[in-house]
Amino acid sequence: MTDPEMTAEELHELARGQADLGEVRGAPAPDPVNAPMIRHWQQAMGDTNPVYLATGVAPPAMAQVWTMPGPGERPDDGSPVTDVLAALDRHGCTGVVATNCEQTYHRYARLGERLTPATRFTDLAGPKRTALGVGFFATWTVTWYAEDGAPVAEMLFRVLKFRPSETGPTTPYPLRPAVNQDTRFFWDGVEQGELRIQACADCGALRHPPGPMCPVCRSVARTHTVATGRGVLYSYVVHHHPPVPGRETPFAVGVVELQEGVRIVGNVVDCPIDKLEVGMPLRVTFRRMDDRLVLPMWTPEEA
Amino acid sequence: MLSGRAAIAGVGATEFSKQSGRTELRLAAEAVWAALDDAGLSPADVDGMVTYSQDANQEIAVARETGVGELTFFSRVEYGGGAACGTVAHAAMAVATGLARTVVCYRAFNERSGRRFGRPDAGLGGEPTSQGLEMSWHVPFGLVTPAAWVAMFARRYMHAFGATSEDFGRVAVTMRRHAATNPAAWFHGRPITLEEHQTSRWIAEPLHLLDCCQESDGAVALVVTSAERARDLRHPPAVVAAAAQGSGAGQMMMTSYYRDDMTGLPEMSVVARRLWEMSGLSPADVQAAILYDHFTPFVLTQLEELGFCGRGEAPGFVRDEGIGLDGRLPVNPHGGQLGEAYIHGMNGIAEAVRQLRGSAANQLAGVTNVLVTAGTGVPTSGLVLSTG
Repeated sequence: MTDPEMTAEELHELARGQADLGEVRGAPAPDPVNAPMIRHWQQAMGDTNPVYLATGVAPPAMAQVWTMPGPGERPDDGSPVTDVLAALDRHGCTGVVATNCEQTYHRYARLGERLTPATRFTDLAGPKRTALGVGFFATWTVTWYAEDGAPVAEMLFRVLKFRPSETGPTTPYPLRPAVNQDTRFFWDGVEQGELRIQACADCGALRHPPGPMCPVCRSVARTHTVATGRGVLYSYVVHHHPPVPGRETPFAVGVVELQEGVRIVGNVVDCPIDKLEVGMPLRVTFRRMDDRLVLPMWTPEEA
Repeated sequence: MLSGRAAIAGVGATEFSKQSGRTELRLAAEAVWAALDDAGLSPADVDGMVTYSQDANQEIAVARETGVGELTFFSRVEYGGGAACGTVAHAAMAVATGLARTVVCYRAFNERSGRRFGRPDAGLGGEPTSQGLEMSWHVPFGLVTPAAWVAMFARRYMHAFGATSEDFGRVAVTMRRHAATNPAAWFHGRPITLEEHQTSRWIAEPLHLLDCCQESDGAVALVVTSAERARDLRHPPAVVAAAAQGSGAGQMMMTSYYRDDMTGLPEMSVVARRLWEMSGLSPADVQAAILYDHFTPFVLTQLEELGFCGRGEAPGFVRDEGIGLDGRLPVNPHGGQLGEAYIHGMNGIAEAVRQLRGSAANQLAGVTNVLVTAGTGVPTSGLVLSTG
């Protein structure tokens, strides 16, 4: 029914159609409002209020619980939201994060009542540029009705469906290395998650940074070894000022002495600045900066 | 032998500012004329011209602008501030060998109001030249400013010798004290306290703002001729008793992090050995040292590499014996690059000449020999200048 390459306009058209459906009733809850589930929910939430079970009603905040599909169960097929979310997935907006949840309680649900949800798709906004990536905000409301037709609770729910930045076009990282015939093996290595150290194919001397001719034995026959990725912090700086393109300050850069004996420069990440210390053990981690560059960085060994 | 053959006969400078309001070529021309006036020479006397890398003014352009005609010697010394004393070394060689009779050395730039020198240049690692490839092991990680490059050495030095930020701060406080009484200094009348140093904002830990020299606009020029001829000119000559360039094993530009030790400046050791050998002098024979002070930590390292104290002893030397005007070794009486201006070391050479002439703002008594160094962390150079 929908083209995998739906445009934003086509998405909005679909959303308008779904909104025009109005309130769509779903399947009734599989179980009536019951004491075991209320007790279990209260314990899980740390809610010690005895008034609910004593008076035979459910905590209002449990509204969603009674009709929520369990893990592995198919969501309610009758929802007008399902098609919109599926189309957003096909549009590349596979990321999802809930942004709003507003609940209104009309009355208590009583033990023994079986609730039925009804969903109204209300709005699709976007595309919008967000910190997570470009995406759409989808909004819908669910109302839970009792068997007598009276609404018990309502919920407005909004999600951001976004295109994760790895899969979309990204801003190129501005601090690029020059790469040539003598250094390409290193950058090819980090792309594959390997920290490669040049080794002389004749005398075996390890060398970083690499170069075309062995300064020990004059050989131009080169190979490389894959480092264990473990080392210690030999020295470091914490850069505060001036601003550096592509970077948020402050950030740490260290000289790392590898187990193999050579030193290499890289960022120290996942470590509070005041925990940095010369001599601390580190291990390598590979960070993708954009779709063309991976950098080897360093994280505390115990992390 | 080069020792004693050439001398600096004239020094000239523009004012030092944050916004010169004129082009770099004009600054160069003004400084060259000022140096020639100081020497009592005219452009017609000049047949050699030397500057160093990163200067935007070609030698021939400066010659054209100042009315200097034919040149028989021109040279551009590499490695930025490390080349400052190298210009005089090249000029002295040219004079001593007869390639030229009178050589002008100059440095001119608007590195504050123009392209700021301390700002990151994302393109540093972009070209597959040997330098671009060298930078490519550092720039992608945001290690891209001179302050950060030096801070990496400073941290290791602190770790190895127990030095503190206050040890660096004492250098800054002394330089600013000297600048405070030098009318030509940008920071004239503006001394700082150690507490102000300690509370100044971080630039690249462990360096505070006040560990870093300023970016300046300005120009300095020097006139080098034979010592014999210089004695007949307007001022007493500053004789080149020794001149040396030096690069260490495993040398890089500002990022020699891969050598055995990160606490020293082996290239300055190369220069020091040559200077003492060529001049026949020792550290005890100089009455002042002009030490390149773009960042405070390397002033400590230089005191050690030049033989004024042992390895790791510079913090104690500065604290207990002193590098002030009344200290054991007066360093940068003009206020250095931290206090006067950052003209990549050329203003320091001019100060050495003034101290030997007896005409400095903060004149020391009985100066007969002055040591001068150039940029640190890069291949560098140095001079011993003497009276006579």
